[in-house]
Amino acid sequence: MESLLTYLILGALLFCIGMFGLLQHNSLIGMLIATELILNGAGLNAMAFNFFLSSDATTGQAFTLFIMGIAAAEAAIALSIMIAVFRRFHDIRVDSISQLKG
Amino acid sequence: MNTIADFIPPILVAQGIFWLLVLIALSGAVMAVVPAKIVHNVLGLAQSMFGVAGIYLYLGSQFVSMMQLLIYVGAICVTYIFAIMLSPPMELGGEKPTLFKLILALIASVVTFIALVQMLLGAQWAPLAAPGRDWTIKTLGQVLLTRYFLVFELISLLLVVAIIGAIMITNLGVSRERK
Repeated sequence: MESLLTYLILGALLFCIGMFGLLQHNSLIGMLIATELILNGAGLNAMAFNFFLSSDATTGQAFTLFIMGIAAAEAAIALSIMIAVFRRFHDIRVDSISQLKG
Repeated sequence: MNTIADFIPPILVAQGIFWLLVLIALSGAVMAVVPAKIVHNVLGLAQSMFGVAGIYLYLGSQFVSMMQLLIYVGAICVTYIFAIMLSPPMELGGEKPTLFKLILALIASVVTFIALVQMLLGAQWAPLAAPGRDWTIKTLGQVLLTRYFLVFELISLLLVVAIIGAIMITNLGVSRERK
């Protein structure tokens, strides 16, 4: 609880669970949810470094807030793309949307 | 007179709650990726974000913790739920991935995790003489509007563009469908 390493390993675990989900999930929404986990691992790392190693306590907090803002924008765009893809292909499984494949 | 603090030391309670939060965050993360049903995934994501918000409290920032709850649990998860509920067939993605894909993904993520942990154990972090302890929201607001002013404005612009773009893309799908 008092060491930087605990938080860093927790962040790495979140990142790797997210990566596992991104690789194995069949639907686009599942992959997007896994991306949120990856971004959260990054935010946790920023906060941990801020608490233990930074001489200015606001830097890491500001960066974590920016990460959250970007995650929100990404969720809005990706969800609307998914709705458009679903209307066009009537399917959101990633294996069946292969029109761009040469 | 005996109080509870005599029987259970407060530091032990704090540690117990910390590991409980870690457990909540990690089990939520597993629940967010493993089940095939998307609604379960979103609920797992909400649980995981809740745990991470609690961990942010241990990292000294109530503000970021509250923002985590507001933005992730309150906004992003609800947006996912809306997107799933408003287009019913999206839930059809509920089929299991093939075993081959599952094993490959597991190997890739475990190898990445081991590499990351090796790197973390090998790194030498220089400890600071005097870490900054100015955690007030006032300072944070001043820094956001002075040193990070450009980034702050760019994030606002990005959000506006993202939301207008989301509306445009969704409308594009409608007009194609009608043709």
